[in-house]
Amino acid sequence: MNNTSDTAHNEAREPAVLSRSAAETQALVERSLRRRYRAEQRFQAYGMAAVLSGVVFVIFLFGTILLQGISVFQQSYVKLEIFYDPEVIDPTGERDPDVLVTANYQPLVRDALRERFPEVSGRRATRELYRILSSAASLDLQQRVVANPLLIGQRETRWVLVDDNVDMLLKGKVDRDAPEDARRLSDEQVAWIDELEAAGVLKLRFNRSFFSNGDSRDPEQAGVRGALTGSLLTLLITLLLSFPIGVGAAVYLEEFAPRNRLTDIIEVNINNLAAVPSIVFGLLGLAVFIGFFGMPRSAPLVGGLVLTLLTLPTIIIASRAALKAVPPSIREAALGMGASRLQMVGHHVLPLALPGMLTGAIIGMARALGESAPLLMIGMVAFIVDVPQGVMDPSTALPVQVFLWSDLPERGFVERTSGAIIVLLLFLLVMNATAVVLRNKFEKRW
Amino acid sequence: MNDAARSPKLWLPLAALLAVAGASAVQAQAARDFINIVGSSTVYPFTTTVAEQFGRRGRFKTPKVESTGTGGGIKLFCNGIGAQHPDVVNASRRMKAAELKDCASKGVTEVVEVKVGFDGLTMGQSKKGKAFDLTRQQVYLAVAKQVPNPKNPSELIANPYQRWNQIDPKLPNLKIEVMGPPPTSGTRDSFHELYLEEGCKAFDWIKALEKADSRRFKNICHTIREDGAYIEAGENDNLIVQKLEANPDTVGIFGFSFLEENLDKLRGMKIEGVEPTFESIAEGEFPASRPLFIYAKKAHVGVIPGLQEFLNEYVSERAAGEEGYLTDRGLVPLPEAELARMRADVRNLKPFKL
Repeated sequence: MNNTSDTAHNEAREPAVLSRSAAETQALVERSLRRRYRAEQRFQAYGMAAVLSGVVFVIFLFGTILLQGISVFQQSYVKLEIFYDPEVIDPTGERDPDVLVTANYQPLVRDALRERFPEVSGRRATRELYRILSSAASLDLQQRVVANPLLIGQRETRWVLVDDNVDMLLKGKVDRDAPEDARRLSDEQVAWIDELEAAGVLKLRFNRSFFSNGDSRDPEQAGVRGALTGSLLTLLITLLLSFPIGVGAAVYLEEFAPRNRLTDIIEVNINNLAAVPSIVFGLLGLAVFIGFFGMPRSAPLVGGLVLTLLTLPTIIIASRAALKAVPPSIREAALGMGASRLQMVGHHVLPLALPGMLTGAIIGMARALGESAPLLMIGMVAFIVDVPQGVMDPSTALPVQVFLWSDLPERGFVERTSGAIIVLLLFLLVMNATAVVLRNKFEKRW
Repeated sequence: MNDAARSPKLWLPLAALLAVAGASAVQAQAARDFINIVGSSTVYPFTTTVAEQFGRRGRFKTPKVESTGTGGGIKLFCNGIGAQHPDVVNASRRMKAAELKDCASKGVTEVVEVKVGFDGLTMGQSKKGKAFDLTRQQVYLAVAKQVPNPKNPSELIANPYQRWNQIDPKLPNLKIEVMGPPPTSGTRDSFHELYLEEGCKAFDWIKALEKADSRRFKNICHTIREDGAYIEAGENDNLIVQKLEANPDTVGIFGFSFLEENLDKLRGMKIEGVEPTFESIAEGEFPASRPLFIYAKKAHVGVIPGLQEFLNEYVSERAAGEEGYLTDRGLVPLPEAELARMRADVRNLKPFKL
């Protein structure tokens, strides 16, 4: 700014060459200068406004997700003294693992809660009382007993899961003052909950099960582990297939292929494929991999194959751009030293282009991570409780989990949905950060 | 980094991986040790609950439940017999004769039908808004594209109603805004059937058309106005609930379980004077309730481990009974006698005929 105004003064001091008086010229120049400054300021303001509105949208998006989802990292538990009653879980006393797995552990938790409220009697009241507990409360006990049958007959203090309605109340997500018939919890239940809370045995603790469990229909039991594993396996397959194929195709097209009608058609098609709606790839995957090759539905392997089709064009285009960015002098020097074309590409061009290719691959992966539409066609939009162990096991993916949870009526799933989005965003952040680090580490500038 | 042979070397493990995957794909198809369920997104919340409880029992693996929609699910289900095809399909309506024929033509000859309960299709509004109630005829007049001319009822005109009190002076002076499912949803089919058709039949000459010219009847009753009074809110009922809260003068259409979960925010509108409650739907008093079904392949029983036990669980007292865990999820149970009949059908794997 200062610089330009200095030159303006200098100009003004020069003797008038034209017939206009010096004062006239100066006025003219100053007017035009003012106009140009204003134009520049306006342009900057537009730019600022664009950035600002972008930032506002992002803050709004992340703000609402964080606001709704941050509470998912905590979960209400009630501390109860459990008696592993052999009468209930192992009546024969044989410690038969099959009996221990199939036994009903819920009575243990219920009895422990009853002990805290000896005054509650009558079928209706006890049922109300039991509703404070999660129907998944006993799963933890089952796992402990199966792992260690010596617990039978012992007493142990455990924090057990409570129902999602109680969790929502503790987190302040339901209106305590609403009339009783408009609440999922009765006045009686709220009184019990308050009593437990006052005694310090009912409170919010870190929600470990959100990260260790698969899907569940009980919000308090549902976790992202299954979806996260499914996404990882799917992306692994995608990366293993699309990176070498994509880079290979790019190297051939850029460095070896002759320029003719055929390669032109291939190039146009690759660019077009990058813009094809993802659901089309899902349909293709359904017809080819499941219909023709007979692969199972819902498997991360098929998901990975479909997403490979989806990311290939992106990776090829990015890789070709990276190859183009390597200066021709490198190629000429290598060839001049007597290298073959394969040596020229393998020893010099490819290593120099690799950081750019990696960045392209990771951006492609990030897109694949967020896809849910093609996975719908191949059966990955499903309720799957068990965490997948391999690429053939049925599984879902993170964006699909978000979609499935957002459609369930229970209030607790609103929070889980946002929680899963937070996990998805963190995953993306890690991937993109890796791309930046890799690029900065290996990138060469000329 | 500068190793030229790097990418060719990558191909070897890759080829090995593909070969292994291919081989295990064939293996996985040969024997499946979990139940595979597809179908309606309306039945999905209930079937998944049964599946999870069934899996927790520990004897069998937890079934996999895909949400594909009723029509898509039945197509997959009817594709054939064998481990690569689903064992059970969820349906928010009864299987059609054409679908059953399609099934039979592909070898799926014996299908067991299980009616699992009812779902009420309710209309609701935010508690913050002005409360009013509707009849199905008023609903029809509010959302249909063409309605009978009030001056000459035998003639159809483009829907002139913009405010509720134009339909009936007893209704409030509010702009008509109804949020409901898009045409791709099974819930939309139910809305046509349970509300619009019934509302349209209040006019005698349209009612007479049902038998005489069923295509014209459907055209009159099922075509929804496109001038903004009916808002397609997406497949997601939760979204409708949130939008109703933001806009208290709007009326929404959604499943009963969503009303039950959100009673602190929403009020269910009475339809022809009947409030949508658990009892009124179970008793059949609430006019807009629909049965939900699951269909199973008889040929898969004994092949897929746990299929018979899963079906038994679905109709057991602890699941579908009056105080079963499905009622906690908002499913309205079958009357005692009908549930007993379903149990017998499941035990005997009685094939379904239309």
